[in-house]
Amino acid sequence: MRVGIVCPYDWTAPGGVQVHVRDLAQALLEMGHEVSVLAPSDEETELEPYVVSAGRPVPVPYNGSVARVNIGPVSATRVRRWIRDGDFDVVHVHEPTSPSLSMLACWVARGPLVATCHSSVAKSRAMSAAYFILQTAVEKIDARIAVSEKARQTVVEHLGGDAVLIPNGVTCKHFASGSPLPGYPREGGTMLFLGRIDEDRKGLDVLLGAMPEIVAQRPDVQLLVAGPGDVEYVRRHLAPTIRDNVVVLGLISDADKVSAFKSVDMYVAPNTGGESFGIVLLESMAAGCPVLASDIDAFARVLEDGTCGALFRNGDSSDLARQALSLLADKPRRELLSDEGARRAEMFDWSTVARDVVRVYESVTAGGEKVQADLSGQTLGRLSRMGSDE
Amino acid sequence: MSGWLVPAVVIAVIVIVFVIYLSMTAGRLDRLHHRVEAGFSSMDIQFLRRSGCALEAAESGVLDPATSLVLMEAAHNARAVPGDPIERAQMESDLTRVLAAAFGSTEDVNEIAESDDGSALIGDLSGSVHRAAMSRRFYNDAVRACRAVRRQRLVRWFRLAGSAPYPQSAELDDSVPAGLVDR
Repeated sequence: MRVGIVCPYDWTAPGGVQVHVRDLAQALLEMGHEVSVLAPSDEETELEPYVVSAGRPVPVPYNGSVARVNIGPVSATRVRRWIRDGDFDVVHVHEPTSPSLSMLACWVARGPLVATCHSSVAKSRAMSAAYFILQTAVEKIDARIAVSEKARQTVVEHLGGDAVLIPNGVTCKHFASGSPLPGYPREGGTMLFLGRIDEDRKGLDVLLGAMPEIVAQRPDVQLLVAGPGDVEYVRRHLAPTIRDNVVVLGLISDADKVSAFKSVDMYVAPNTGGESFGIVLLESMAAGCPVLASDIDAFARVLEDGTCGALFRNGDSSDLARQALSLLADKPRRELLSDEGARRAEMFDWSTVARDVVRVYESVTAGGEKVQADLSGQTLGRLSRMGSDE
Repeated sequence: MSGWLVPAVVIAVIVIVFVIYLSMTAGRLDRLHHRVEAGFSSMDIQFLRRSGCALEAAESGVLDPATSLVLMEAAHNARAVPGDPIERAQMESDLTRVLAAAFGSTEDVNEIAESDDGSALIGDLSGSVHRAAMSRRFYNDAVRACRAVRRQRLVRWFRLAGSAPYPQSAELDDSVPAGLVDR
């Protein structure tokens, strides 16, 4: 199948959508599909062979901040040419509601069109005012995908219509191999916390609140705290009874994250809310590290209500301490959770995600129609064609 | 002379804007009808593939004879009435119930998938039931979008839809059998 993917944001900048598009494109290529990605980028930058640059994005004020996007007749012409030359069976745009290449592609393409919505955004005034114009672009989308329940809600509210839920993937093989940090694994029980240390809803306070009880039972226990934030502040405010048992690492690299999972007896996710999915849980499970997590909806779903990882009552430090102690004392249960977790993570592997995405492609391309560039009947389209060099 | 010129120009501008609006709406409606048609043909093909895979599964010999017989009949029935949407929806829903009974447990499906002939069979069948369910969802989405425009007063008064039939949503049970959900 020939697939054209449109990434709305600067290819060389870091960002969740870019990572998603890159992983998807690579998974599709591995499956033997032909893939072309259209993305904004600087002309000088060296790009992967399957990426086509749509030119340098321009900063414009939008929705209360500055967005770096490709808009205007020149970009529209590039999108049109990319679609015409690509001879695609399906075009897959990301974030079609942001004013970007994706919206242009919706507007220009005629034929099988799939869209993925990533974020949950509040409806802006411009979106309400330009509803009619926006509709002419987005109502051509044959199939919508949402990466989370929240993103799906956004689709229902802003675009009308439903979306298929296909969550983000984990590249399991990145987490399967890797060696522990020097000096680990150690005796006495080791736990790991990952995430911003100064963000309340990541729940570090709940975990530190449980530590005195855990230390009282197991004096040799150790907690590794990794993630960005004010490291010194956390160190200074540790209770004296647990100071020797908590090691604050600060921000660690992706490679060290894999090593950290291999070094500890369990990963603890005390998040108090605001999580739509829990990708870190899956990364831990893919690395074979048992998970103890708060029982918020998103986590309970990923852990299949406790069969693939242990749960404690959200926000309840003493329940966390109880569950952590029982898990630290029970090696067979940890091994079971490690196996079950790895099996569960496999279900969210990128190869599985890509298989589901391909099913969406197939369910809208059965007619055999190719994607064509089409501007007929669109007044603005005629203007942009007059402005182009053809 | 200028006494009638200003109102005339105002009226002319209003008429021109109105005509542009109508023509844009007609174009929009045309694209929506196209999406409905494309969605319908995709859905039609996906459901035919589903019953095709069900037939193959029934004929393959990996299932017990009783299941094979019921499955074969249901799949044949679903393929026998292509022209009658209501009858077909009924037959496809019946096939869904048989598939749910035949492939309802993950353990059974795993067992079939581990056999030599079974793995490709389960793979094809699972793909086809997922795709059929999705294609119906996408078709109904297109129908809903198209109807929303066709209900507008101006669209009705100026007959912008022309002779295109009012789109009908497809209502049937196409839930994925429990044993195939994660495949």
